[in-house]
Amino acid sequence: MSAAPQTMPDSRGRYGPFGGRYVPETLVAPLEELERAYAEARADKSFQKELDDLLHNFAGRPTPLQFASRLTEQLAGPRIYLKREDLLHTGAHKINNALGQALLAVRMGKKRIIAETGAGQHGVATATVAARLGLTCTVYMGTEDMERQRLNVFRMRLLGAEVVGVDSGSRTLKDAINEAMRDWVTNVRTSHYLLGSVLGAHPYPQIVRDFQKIIGEEAREQILRAEERLPDHLIACVGGGSNAIGLFHAFLGDANVKMLGVEAGGRGKSLGEHAARLAAAEGFAGARPGVLQGTYTYLLQNADGQISTTHSVSAGLDYPGVGPEHAWLAEQGRAEYTAVSDEDAVAAARTLARVEGIIPALESAHALAELIRRAPKMRKDEVVILNLSGRGDKDMEILSRYV
Amino acid sequence: MSNTSPSNFSSANKASSREGGKPAAEKRGGRIERKFRALADAGELGLIAYITAGDPSLDASAKIVLAAAEAGADIIELGVPFSDPVADGPVIQRASERALRSGTTLTGVLELVRHLRTRTNVPLVLFSYFNPLLQMGLEKFAEAAASAGADGVLATDLTPEEAGEYRAALGSRGLDTIFLAAPTSTDERIARIAEASTGFLYLVSRTGVTGAREVLPEGLPPLARRVRRFTSLPIAVGFGISAPAHVSVLGGIADAAVVGSALMAEVERAASADAAAVGVAALVRTLKSAARSGLSRRSNPPANPAAE
Repeated sequence: MSAAPQTMPDSRGRYGPFGGRYVPETLVAPLEELERAYAEARADKSFQKELDDLLHNFAGRPTPLQFASRLTEQLAGPRIYLKREDLLHTGAHKINNALGQALLAVRMGKKRIIAETGAGQHGVATATVAARLGLTCTVYMGTEDMERQRLNVFRMRLLGAEVVGVDSGSRTLKDAINEAMRDWVTNVRTSHYLLGSVLGAHPYPQIVRDFQKIIGEEAREQILRAEERLPDHLIACVGGGSNAIGLFHAFLGDANVKMLGVEAGGRGKSLGEHAARLAAAEGFAGARPGVLQGTYTYLLQNADGQISTTHSVSAGLDYPGVGPEHAWLAEQGRAEYTAVSDEDAVAAARTLARVEGIIPALESAHALAELIRRAPKMRKDEVVILNLSGRGDKDMEILSRYV
Repeated sequence: MSNTSPSNFSSANKASSREGGKPAAEKRGGRIERKFRALADAGELGLIAYITAGDPSLDASAKIVLAAAEAGADIIELGVPFSDPVADGPVIQRASERALRSGTTLTGVLELVRHLRTRTNVPLVLFSYFNPLLQMGLEKFAEAAASAGADGVLATDLTPEEAGEYRAALGSRGLDTIFLAAPTSTDERIARIAEASTGFLYLVSRTGVTGAREVLPEGLPPLARRVRRFTSLPIAVGFGISAPAHVSVLGGIADAAVVGSALMAEVERAASADAAAVGVAALVRTLKSAARSGLSRRSNPPANPAAE
């Protein structure tokens, strides 16, 4: 590591060449308003106090950093710690960002929240926070995702959110974001778009990252207490990349901490069969930098610049783009990115269930599968923190099909 | 994905090379600028017809565009289909999906431009999302668009702040760069957009996506006046313009009206390319007639009545 990596975007929202703001003109002023409101909120102690209170008393922070003793023993590799974001209210790390942005919306006087969701975890977190803060909420969800995550659709509706099925394109997360953006561009004066990952136009990747970086801040303190040293490896799954950046961020300046992002390898390496944007070195086809949904980043696309469909057993990783900060970390070599197949992810979920008594979300199971693959080659005195970003309750139907 | 070049385009290419350097020389003068000057002289509101290229095929688009031009469209916007059209409503979303299914690529759309340029002198503006242009390479795209005979380009999701290379590539080849202004744009932004735009400035009439609406927004006249303070460029108003009544009202406020979804709904309804061309031409004729009469007249009459 020659120099400390860039940890803040420049004034135009760029991480190296990635990021930026590529949106229809109508959305520029609202993005500027959001940027200002966020800068003010950051400087306002009462905002942070209110957020801390909600994170602590409503969401359940801090989450434990659990030493996974039986998994460590079984894999006969490094000492494995799990950051238990799955224990948060609503079952995943998504609530960290949902709370932060919803408080921002209140600050900006917006009474209506728009959100997209893939696996449904961000939608459920947003619907929950909207209910808690008395805001109305509309969630867009691809109809294919609604089918495979029916339980979460029901949860959102129970929480009072309107869930709108999106039947265009691949009928998954990408199309839900398109439709959420169309709603926002139409109702921009009254609504806040609560984007769920480190994607989209500046300042979203920064805002979402900042609301998720508490994961790594806690984990850093916790591991120093438990092991009296920093970890050797961080591992997290990467869809848009919010849980991964949330874990990585506090360690970016620690040159000896290696970071590994795990993407969805799906069921094959040809374009359309996977959602691996940064793991191209492993032969996954179709990733090149381009512009989608507000940001310049690595995208799965064909030679004509049309965005490709993707496949993953896990709806939360099934997206053709990746957060611009991840693209930059990959290009600098600061973090490594790899991909894991559907099958290996499902097997890893079953392993964790039986060995540690934790059923992980299929998204998090991708990170786990990569750890299981690498552990035998690692030294026993190495320390790994794996971000267990969500719990697997939502994935019962899919898991039952693989049994 | 190989580019499917319609058979009749190859003869068109020959025709184009026969005409040699003449169209290129004309282009430097600016077809768009000349068109707006002629409209202003005639005291007439311009009508800009948006057609998604490749819906249902590039051959069909050629027929539809020529029919629209013949029926009185002053400028044609050719939509480059994109997989993720975030600024578009359902009608143009479906048009884009059909165009992509028929195998339309940016290269194919540029072939269409080349073909059209041999048949008509109507100004042609490419209306695209940024990624297809970026993937072709901005220099290569600009070169290809200029040599095909396009007059200008509008990238829906590109603002002046991100458009440095794009403006340089297009501007150096005599292509107009048209940017959008919106109801949410601050004065500071409108000034920046006006500075970056050439040919005309595209004013989005309302917050929202493309698509026909019943009425024009109340805030449009003051919005147009606000934009006018920052530019002497012609102002074209689009989004939600579908009926003769809309066009009539715009006469006093803007220099041109853009109609898109209403035309693409005609294409969607039609059973054949010929029927689509007839349907689009009929609507263009109706709208252009509204643009020529009634409220659409400029309050300051043309200096030279003979121009009519």
